[in-house]
Amino acid sequence: MKFAVVVFPGSNCDHDAYYASKNVLGQDAELVWHKDHSLRGADVVILPGGFAHGDYLRTGAIARFSPIMQDVKAFAAAGGPVLGICNGFQILLEAGLLPGAMLRNRGLHFRCEHVHIKVEQTDTPFTAAAQSGQVLRIPIAHGEGNYYAEPEVVERLEKNRQIIFRYVTPSGDVTDAANPNGSVHNIAGITNDARNVVGLMPHPERACELAVGSADGLVVFQSAINGVGGHLKRTASVASTSGVVGVLDK
Amino acid sequence: MRARVYVTLKPSVFDPQGTTVTEALHTLGYGSVKDVRQGKYFELDIEAPSADEARRLASEAADKLLANPVIESYRIEVTA
Repeated sequence: MKFAVVVFPGSNCDHDAYYASKNVLGQDAELVWHKDHSLRGADVVILPGGFAHGDYLRTGAIARFSPIMQDVKAFAAAGGPVLGICNGFQILLEAGLLPGAMLRNRGLHFRCEHVHIKVEQTDTPFTAAAQSGQVLRIPIAHGEGNYYAEPEVVERLEKNRQIIFRYVTPSGDVTDAANPNGSVHNIAGITNDARNVVGLMPHPERACELAVGSADGLVVFQSAINGVGGHLKRTASVASTSGVVGVLDK
Repeated sequence: MRARVYVTLKPSVFDPQGTTVTEALHTLGYGSVKDVRQGKYFELDIEAPSADEARRLASEAADKLLANPVIESYRIEVTA
């Protein structure tokens, strides 16, 4: 199977997502420039983290008009799995592919640290390989991750089980202290009505090898690979800090 | 024509920057400042035959790009 990682001017996690897909998980992966008009036949599209177009005006506000976004919208409308990570999540919000908006973090600090997030729902292309309620230790790095939506919208997200990840304590409790940015209802990630587009502020691509402190992010990529029936091409035992998430065969 | 577009967070939306500025002003002794809301200000020079047309264009620009309707509202002033 193949991942397309969109590169905007100012993306800075594009190579991390590419590395996780290609080198860690042994899949085909391609970096796609934002001015391109083709997703190169990819099965899964990733909008990576960074500061697309310098985050001028608002985070994601300019990136939304990049030519490739027409293709991403069409891909998503056809049911294709799309993952927005950090700035990619902000772009999905601005593009209207996901509901809501981001505000500056409560306290205004840029937060760069490992946090714990709970997998709330497993019926998305990016959480299908996880256990419901599984707690992942994953890094965040953002100044504007304070998720906001009108109360009616948040209510609808809760009712339709569209909240996919929540900031929690290491033991999985949803508390205000575990919320690094003030997001409403501790929201770290959501999905759309059709459940094929997922956005999250934490960086699973930065947590795919124990050498970097956590491999808990692998389950997000693993889910996408399982979903499109991809075969893992490398032999490796993939351990997560919260348990073994899978053994890759040839 | 010149259109001035003022974009601010909706009253229902928490403004972490405005709150911080308020606290800073209190630290400086300006206790009479009860609240600050921070926003963005744009000046658009527009070639348009009338103020109405300039306003229409500015409003379209604000809807499409300058403001995010989920969290922000805007107001426009047009001068010749």
